Amino acid sequence: MLQQDYLTLAVYPLVIIGFSVFVLALAWVLRAKPPKTPLKQSAYECGVPTRGETWVRFRVAYYLYALVFVVFDVEIIFLYPWAVALKRLGLFAYIEAIIFILILLVALGYAWKEGALEWK
Amino acid sequence: MPDVTQGLGAYEVIVGWLSGFTPHWLAEVLYRVGAGLLILTLISTLALVLVYILRKVMGHMQCRLGPRVTGPFGLLQTAADAVKLMQKEDIIPTNVDRFLFILAPYVVFFSCGMIFMVLPLSPTWILNDLEVGVLFFVAFGSLASFGLLMGGFGSNNKYSLVGGMRSVAQVVSYEVPMVLAILGAVMLAGSLSMHQIVVAQEGMWLGFIPKWFIFLQPLGFVIYFLCGLAETGQTPFDLPEGESELVAGYNTEYSGMRFALFFLAEFGNLFAISAMATTLFLGGWHGPVFSFLPWLWPFVWFMAKAMALTFCMMWVRSTWLRFRIDQMMDFAWKILVPLSLLNIFITAGEVAIIR
Repeated sequence: MLQQDYLTLAVYPLVIIGFSVFVLALAWVLRAKPPKTPLKQSAYECGVPTRGETWVRFRVAYYLYALVFVVFDVEIIFLYPWAVALKRLGLFAYIEAIIFILILLVALGYAWKEGALEWK
Repeated sequence: MPDVTQGLGAYEVIVGWLSGFTPHWLAEVLYRVGAGLLILTLISTLALVLVYILRKVMGHMQCRLGPRVTGPFGLLQTAADAVKLMQKEDIIPTNVDRFLFILAPYVVFFSCGMIFMVLPLSPTWILNDLEVGVLFFVAFGSLASFGLLMGGFGSNNKYSLVGGMRSVAQVVSYEVPMVLAILGAVMLAGSLSMHQIVVAQEGMWLGFIPKWFIFLQPLGFVIYFLCGLAETGQTPFDLPEGESELVAGYNTEYSGMRFALFFLAEFGNLFAISAMATTLFLGGWHGPVFSFLPWLWPFVWFMAKAMALTFCMMWVRSTWLRFRIDQMMDFAWKILVPLSLLNIFITAGEVAIIR
């Protein structure tokens, strides 16, 4: 069976979910269930009592990378149809795509110069 | 040349047999459930085998012997580990975000399982040869980062949170050069279907050099391999779970079977990345076919190539030290992205001019 098969696309995710639920249910049946104690259920931070909040405002560097990523991911979405058709389109499409990529290289250069790619 | 497409009739035979006592639509569904379970069995078996190989390989590389007590040559070690994980107490700390905490392992395992849907194990053994197979692989590969962030954030533990954030930053950064490297193979094959990409690598140059894409764009292969290491959090890029600084990263709070699902997915992804590299650059299931069991050989070659790449990953793991996070980010954005764009220029030139 070597073509697109939408029924597999519908059935297989359910099989995966069913499998993982089954595995966890099996473990629930098999595992030891000793009584719970407050100490056991506290956060594991190497045995040192937890201090302060965990859910705080996080450093901005992570989000900057995410923004640059979005720019490049959209670029790649546009490049995929071009890549599939390149054999048929030939030299003209090649030059067009190079111009497109060069424009994005300018964007990468700008992000670089502005320091969005530095881990501060 | 023996016929490698033997066994293609399994679908008709099984569905025909099932139709004997169930409605036809149910027979179709049951066939797909069976095929899906076969793939999930493959993932679980691979995880068990790979953990054993990893421990043996790393043991010998570090002048140790690795597991050797449980069973002959320690072969039963990972089976014993699996049984142990099954029996372990399941601890959910009181202050976690319960919804995210419980959902996270499912999401991670789901993404790993979906990836295996489009891997062409042999000419006939592919669960679903989607026409957008490559994009499907990339999309579900990065779905795992949602699960890691859910686990890291939901655990309400500082180590987990830092691990989860790092893993997302890393996956997001290495996604760009990885997808650009895959683009090269797509251009050469002119198709997004995994089966078509492998078919495009059939034949030999000059009668002895296989027409694998690695010879047309070695740079693309290297970039893909490095990004694959980063995407799966293998050692030079294992900051999300750096043991010496973050306890165990995003899965610090997980225990028992919930941890085992993360673990399964990790080793499943490790194999999937090698399998994808095999498909895109190393000619997939192409290899000499002998008249003995002709339909089995493509699968054997595919597994051999993928396992060899997995061995290289383990080799890297026991050789290199962990990067610092700023070095890792610089490496992705300032070295790999420009290099992968260069790879596209060269490969597209090959395709557009030489054809």
